[in-house]
Order: sequence, then C-alpha cells, then structure tokens
Amino acid sequence: MNIGVEEYLRRQRDAGRKLLVPYLTGGYPGWQDAVRAAVAAGADAVEIGIPFSDPVMDGPVIQEASQVALNAGITPPAILDELPGLDIEVPIITMTYYNLVHHDGEHRFADRLARANVSGCILPDLPLEEAGPWCEAADAAGVETILLAAPTAPDERLPRITARTRGFVYSVGLLGVTGEREALAATATELAGRLKAITDVPVLVGVGVSNAAQAVEVCRVADGVVQGASVVRRLIEGGADAVGEYVAEVRTALDTAF
Amino acid sequence: MTTISTPDTPPTLIEPGSDGRFGEFGGRFVPETLVPACEELEAGFRAAWADEVFRAELDVLLAEYAGRPSILTECHRLGEHLGIRLVLKREDLNHTGSHKINNVLGQALLAKRMGKRRLVAETGAGQHGVASATAAALMGLECKVYMGAVDVERQELNVFRMRLLGAEVEAVHSGSRTLKDAVNEAMRDWVATVGDTHYCLGSVMGPHPYPWMVRQFHTVIGSEARAQCRDRYGADPDAVVACVGGGSNAIGIFSGFIDTTSRLIGVEPAGGAAVGRAAPGVVHGMRSYLMQDEYGQVAEAHSVSAGLDYPGVGPEHSYLASIGRAEYPTVTDDEVLSAFELMAATEGIIPALECAHALAWIVREAPAMAGATVLMNLSGRGDKDVAQVMQIMSERSTGPAS
Ligand SMILES: Cc1ncc(COP(=O)(O)O)c(C=O)c1O
Repeated sequence: MNIGVEEYLRRQRDAGRKLLVPYLTGGYPGWQDAVRAAVAAGADAVEIGIPFSDPVMDGPVIQEASQVALNAGITPPAILDELPGLDIEVPIITMTYYNLVHHDGEHRFADRLARANVSGCILPDLPLEEAGPWCEAADAAGVETILLAAPTAPDERLPRITARTRGFVYSVGLLGVTGEREALAATATELAGRLKAITDVPVLVGVGVSNAAQAVEVCRVADGVVQGASVVRRLIEGGADAVGEYVAEVRTALDTAF
Repeated sequence: MTTISTPDTPPTLIEPGSDGRFGEFGGRFVPETLVPACEELEAGFRAAWADEVFRAELDVLLAEYAGRPSILTECHRLGEHLGIRLVLKREDLNHTGSHKINNVLGQALLAKRMGKRRLVAETGAGQHGVASATAAALMGLECKVYMGAVDVERQELNVFRMRLLGAEVEAVHSGSRTLKDAVNEAMRDWVATVGDTHYCLGSVMGPHPYPWMVRQFHTVIGSEARAQCRDRYGADPDAVVACVGGGSNAIGIFSGFIDTTSRLIGVEPAGGAAVGRAAPGVVHGMRSYLMQDEYGQVAEAHSVSAGLDYPGVGPEHSYLASIGRAEYPTVTDDEVLSAFELMAATEGIIPALECAHALAWIVREAPAMAGATVLMNLSGRGDKDVAQVMQIMSERSTGPAS
C-alpha cells in the first residue's frame, strides 16, 4: 500500500516536526543506498528524479547526475522497477519532465508509478493551465500531483495552485534553476509566507535551499524543505554515506531549532 | 503555373487563442516561474501588434535598417538546367544576411516597449545570435547569446561577429551541445532573470505566444512574395519551398500562400526530421512533432547545417502537416552540399547551408515538376558556411579545390 504524501506529511507536521524531503537522481550510481541512507537519517519523504534529456529546471549538479545516468543507459522503467525493493517507510515522490509522461500516455504512466509504490509526482515543466489531463490520470491512479508555485505568481494565481495541488505545495525558493547558493534568497520566505496565509496544505520550499542553516531559516515560515543539489552533490562526491551524514545534519538542525 | 485561385475551403492562418493551440499542437509547457512572463509577453504583443504606432516604427526599421522589401530573383541558368522556372525570395540580402532580422527587430522593439533592458537568445548557426546582437546594439539593450559548444566551433566567424556587436556569447556544454541545448540554457537564464530580461527566441517554436508572434514578424516575407509573384507573373507559384529548422522562414513564406493552391514544402535534414517521424512530444514549451526515443528522451539531430540541427519543429508546421496542407520531405547532407555548389556555380549566389536544403529537394524533384514555377525562400547567405564547406571538400578532396 502506498503511503499518502499529504496524509503522512500533515501528520508529521501536526506532531510539531519540520518536514525534510531530500532529492536524489535515480539511476546515478549508488542512488538506491543513498535513498535508504536519507530515510534512515530522518527524511519525511524522498523525491527521486527520473532523468530527462532536457531538464530545463535543473542547474549544473543535477544536470550532471542526470547525464551520467542517461549515458549509462538508465531508463525510466529501470528506475521504477527498483522502487518497491527499496523497502522504505516514507512516501516516494518522483520528479521528472512532462515528455516522459506524454510519450507513455498519462494513464499508463500514472499506473506505472502507482505500481512502483510511488505516491506523488512533480513535473516542473507542466504548469497549472496544461496540467489537467495528467492530474486527472494521476488522481485516478491514486498518485498525488504536487504543483509548484513560483515567486513570480500574482496573488490571484496562488489559490488556484493550492486548490489543485495534492501532497504539498512546492514553493520555489528563488528565480532560477536548482543549484546551491551562498545565501537564501529573500523570495524563499516571502513566497512561503504568501502561501501559508492562504492554505493549510503543507508548504515546502525547494530550489536554492543549500544547507542546514538555510533550511532552518526557511522553516521559520515554511512547513519544510526540499533539498536537491546539495544532496546530489554529496552523492556525486561521497556516495550514500555522505548523503546520510548530510541529511542527518539538516535533520538535527531542524529538530534543534524548532 | 497555377492561375490565381483558391481551394474550396481555403485554410487560413490560425490565430491561436489564449491556450496557444494550432489544432492539437502548441501550448505553454513552461516552469511556473515563466507563466506570468509568457502571459505578459502575450498581452504586450497583442497590444503592440494592434498599435499603428508600433507597426509603423517596425516598418521603418524593416525598410531603412533591414533593407526590405527583399527582391525576387529568377534563376535563369539554374532554372533551365532543372527544367523549371526557379524564383528566389532573397532574404539573404537583408541586413545581417538572413530572414532572422525580421523577427529580432520586432522582438527587440517589443522588449523596449515592455521596459526590458536585456535580451537573451539561443543560436544554432549563429544567424539568430548575430541578428539579436545587432538589434540589441541598435536599440541599446544588453545581449547574451547561448550557443552549443559544437556550433561555436563550426561557426567561429559568427561568434566573433556577435562579440564585435557587443553581445556576450556563452558556449553550452550540456547534452548534445547544439541548438536544443542552447535553448535549454537560454530558458534557464530567463527563469532567473525574467524581471528585466526578454527571451528573444529565434524561431516559430517555444511556448505560446512565441510560435504565433515570431510568425507574425515573418509574414512580411510571404505577403511581399505573393504580391511580387502576382505582379511579375500574374499567378501564384506551383510550389513554395523553404528549409525547416524550427520553421520560421518557412512559415513566413507559407503565410502568403496558405489560402492558395500552391504546394507548400518544408524541407528538413534527413538527420533532423521531426515531422517525418510523426511522434508528438513536449519540449521547449510546446507540443509538436519531436525526434525522441522509445521512452520520450529527446533524440539528437545531426545535420551538416547548424541552423537545422534541431530535433523539434514549430507547432504550426505539425498542424499544417497533420491537416495535409504542407509537406515535409527530407534531404541528405550530400544532396545539400551538391546543391550548395550548384547554386554558387550557376547563379553566382552562395546560399546558406540551411536553404541549400530547399534547393536540394528542388533539384531532386525537378524532373517531376517540369515547367513548373517554384518559389524558394533563400533564407540566408552562405558566407558563414564557406569555411566549413571548404573543410568538408578538402577532406573529401572534391569540389573547386580539386
Ligand atoms: C539562413 C537560415 N535559414 C534557416 C534557418 C533555420 O531556422 P528556421 O527554420 O526558423 O527558418 C537558419 C537558422 O539558423 C538560418 O540561419
């Protein structure tokens, strides 16, 4: 039985915990152990990237990890096939780009995800206006579609996003693509604040949250964080152990601060 | 030659609504961050295009800066050789040497009107990059051009031109290191700089409103050509032929003949045939025919011409193909190189390798079209390609050097 993303995250949040969702690129050597290490270190859900040839929302680190996986011949089914065997007890969310869904067909892809124990899905190049067919297929398959909200959104747009999102709302931390930054952008807490004011759905900030201190800073407003490039860089440089150590460090910082 | 007549139910140019669709193609598949920017651009373009002052300003630039109208040239020697009447629309004679200037003057003027101070652009052959850098210099805008590392190498001269024009050129090392990756990088830049930057896209592709807006800026090619043909020959051509990368020069000239009985032919490189493979996909903000593998990973295009090295095609071309109004055959690199030499030697015109694709198809099909009037869009001049062709010829030890 797949664990519902929203149900699980709300429960964790309502118990007073800040939510931590690390991202790992599926298919990069050692990714399965890295996912297990991240969960053991206190992740509340894991986001697994299915590499796409043209990842427009990703900066150099995640691009590199994706390219390594693609060069090794890793396919989307090869990644999905591994997921049930990971045997982890937090929700699994996939992140990929819309063409992989479109090519397979919405319903087929949604069913594939559901069969692979995937509870949620993020498609960063599928904005609200184009998301209808996918959202319906995902709803039917019991997969929660997590929509992104960006700092550029006018006020009238945000309630439409929070109404259609499932699982949580992904509050984009800055104007730009994934990657580590020296400092947290002002937009990170600003947008999270705008979202918190209009929704009870968990608000998680991702893109540009680069270390434990920034995670703490953003969680003064948000319910939690998604961390991508900082996690993937550790996977590239130090493998699963480095990922586990880093996630534990962020976990401790959050638990100490709140 | 076709007398001036219209088909029973003449297709007309589609004016996409707010969903940006041409039939089932097009749309706006972009990260959330860019949705408001695309909406703002759509509103800005609608207002500008309806504004006589903007249109007049653009017309002055096209006439007094770009050198429009471009002439029609009949190729007497080559036409006789092929057994057809071959007529060229001379977009190669525009300032900066290709049709690309029509679009960039429009977009740069619009960017200024919308209060942007910076342009980003992608480029393949470098023609769109040069045109963007030119418009930016003319209008006092900053300009950054992304170009695949492979293309930076094969189009060295255009890189230098862009720098001379004050643009910053960044080589893109990701993916296939050609045009599609340059588009990705330009989009990543725009995601981060959307407040003060306009993305000056170089073809009829990308998210709505680009395919429509860029087409509108190029309709000048078709409306001039139609009037020139009727004026000179009293009839529409039997066939209108253009090369297709993203499809901007093709849609520009097609737009003048969409409601006639002229055959419309968009020629793609054999190694970059999006329409021929007929699989719809979604990349670079649009749903259109796309070269991709069995999982939906975008395939790499391969063409001797950097400007056509693109695995997708503008959504309106997918639409025109799907309703059967236009045809999209392919030609090989070898056919293209022969056509390139043929035009130079028989007409004293060195075509860009891109439009040598259109000629290559005409050469191949001429026997089946004896006596026909064929209008070809000569979308650019070949100066930028001479060094590359020289190298290919010396490797094969063929051509004028041997
Ligand atoms: C001379 C010329 N023709 C054609 C093209 C292809 O673009 P499009 O298909 O948009 O006309 C290019 C692109 O660089 C070009 O330089």
